[in-house]
Amino acid sequence: MTYIQTHATSVPDERGYYGEFGGRFVPETLIPALDELTIAYHEAMLDADFQHELSHLQTTYTGRPTPLTYAKRLSEQLGGAQIYLKREDLAHTGAHKINNALGQALLAKRMGKQRIVAETGAGQHGVASATACALLGLDCHVYMGSVDIARQQPNVFRMRLLGSEVIAVESGSKTLKDAINEAIRDWVTNVRDTFYLLGSALGPHPYPMIVRDFQSVIGTEARQQMLDQVGRLPDACIACVGGGSNAIGLFHAFRDDESVDLIGVEAGGHGVLSGEHAARFADPVIGRPGVLHGTRSFVMQTTDGQIVNTHSISAGLDYASVGPEHAYLRQVERAYYTLATDEEALAALQTLSRTEGIIPALESAHAVAEVIKRAPTMPKESVLLVNLSGRGDKDLDTVIKALDHGIS
Amino acid sequence: MDGASGLNAIQQMFERAKAENRSAFLPYFPIGYPTYDESIAAIRTMAQEQVDGFEIGIPFSDPLADGAVIQAASQIALDNGTTVKKALTAVRELRSHGVKQPMLMFSYLNPLIAYGTEQFVYDAKAAGADGLIVPDLPPEEAHLFAAACEREQMALVFFVAPTTHPARIHLIGEKATGFIYVVSVTGITGTRTELPSDLREFIARVRSATAQPLVMGFGISKPEHVQMIHGLVDGFIVGSALVKAAKEGTEAVRMLTQSLR
Repeated sequence: MTYIQTHATSVPDERGYYGEFGGRFVPETLIPALDELTIAYHEAMLDADFQHELSHLQTTYTGRPTPLTYAKRLSEQLGGAQIYLKREDLAHTGAHKINNALGQALLAKRMGKQRIVAETGAGQHGVASATACALLGLDCHVYMGSVDIARQQPNVFRMRLLGSEVIAVESGSKTLKDAINEAIRDWVTNVRDTFYLLGSALGPHPYPMIVRDFQSVIGTEARQQMLDQVGRLPDACIACVGGGSNAIGLFHAFRDDESVDLIGVEAGGHGVLSGEHAARFADPVIGRPGVLHGTRSFVMQTTDGQIVNTHSISAGLDYASVGPEHAYLRQVERAYYTLATDEEALAALQTLSRTEGIIPALESAHAVAEVIKRAPTMPKESVLLVNLSGRGDKDLDTVIKALDHGIS
Repeated sequence: MDGASGLNAIQQMFERAKAENRSAFLPYFPIGYPTYDESIAAIRTMAQEQVDGFEIGIPFSDPLADGAVIQAASQIALDNGTTVKKALTAVRELRSHGVKQPMLMFSYLNPLIAYGTEQFVYDAKAAGADGLIVPDLPPEEAHLFAAACEREQMALVFFVAPTTHPARIHLIGEKATGFIYVVSVTGITGTRTELPSDLREFIARVRSATAQPLVMGFGISKPEHVQMIHGLVDGFIVGSALVKAAKEGTEAVRMLTQSLR
């Protein structure tokens, strides 16, 4: 069973470009490492043993395939489209992040790199990396902003329990953006023996491609499950977009299905007009093409090109840029991007919890919020597929505080 | 340096240093640190001390090639309201104060994209700058600036790192104008007690692939370091150590500059 598709993809080109987005904008020291990674990745993809090992771990360790769940009560309550949930929340460690972490950790091992560095915002990618490294016997060092460490203590403890070192980042805004800066600085310094396990479909080429490919298992499974369980493809696929790895993982298998709309949901925070959000595509004043963390994409910035601080109730969507393939899919009008505010995501989290007995991660709740808006406008025979990218246990503190303050 | 500008001025800088049996000393200093006026004063002081050229730093919120000292200085400069425009104003002001040495603008890519990459080259030239160094611009993306730099005879500097393969050094040598910035170690900027012991082999490897002048940076902070690279490279850059000194005032900058030249 081979989940990873490397052929029949038109992007990126050999320079790592998705149309005008993507590329490689990093200090020279890293260019040879990125070349080495690109070659190692292509070799691994052609190696049946590598594919078999990954597929075996996906089945026996991660718990793949994850189920496709028909959200019957939610569909009835909304009174329109039939809603199906791709249950990445049921993957080991509670989110889709493990798909990529396991793939990259196996690749690191194959390349003979024993030392792993990773960045994390909310801690989900950090936990997934720490997990994969524990499983494969690799040394894991996770950079995390001190602000995030303070608000995500359980994940910090999980990473340490899994044998990883968690390094507090005190520079800049002390959140995900700065954790990525610091992970890159570590990688530049220790590049000869260190593998950078990047957590989303961003960064310099080949990372956006590698992360997409390792996450494409989501869409490949979901597409087949739709055909098997429903007998047809969905009318639309909906996923939240921070860096965009769960969304690109879902979208990729459907890219040539013209009848299927692809809808990404960004973090609207307190609303676009407030300026406090992470909706890179929705605010043309702040969100413009630029270069951050080695890739050309939409970047939230001042008129002078300085990166601005973003806001979302969901740490996983709270990032100033977005994966370059999303910028491309939007430009060629293959995918459409909208947003959900903090308030809408919180309401969606409660709705899904009460109607389906599933507490989604706040990130995934943004996708559910779009379903709640869209489903009632659609006929009953139409079908929506939502990526439920993670479970909500990690967010309970945030949700309790927000509800206490009467946001919902 | 009289009358010459751009690539010519940089070429003359190397010739003069060579005639004096020295490597050219190019301090890095960020505009706006600790304040705009103090950064101007620090650069004027170094100019009086006869340094050979300058890297004029434009602050960026996410300087991923820089260590803690320059990161912190960049943040202070941004908090002071330093913009790309302000940095160009600084160059114009320095020229009006009689600073004659070549000046290369040092900026991460995103602020220059926001400004307009070609427009930046024209405006920098008009302000009195002689070249451009962009640490997150690989030679594959030289086209963003190359045409404008050629038209204005401005240097466009690229980097070689210890990890760079010989074939790639050759490519970098073809794209770079003015000089090649040789990174002494894999890593980020910042002061280090020692420079790596295999510098000689590394530089020999670079020399065999390109005839461009080589300027070394990253980790150079003491007279011993300057001794060590003497005769090896055509120039050297000191950044973090000077930024640290600037915290104590212009006199500390003067003392350090004297000890390094």
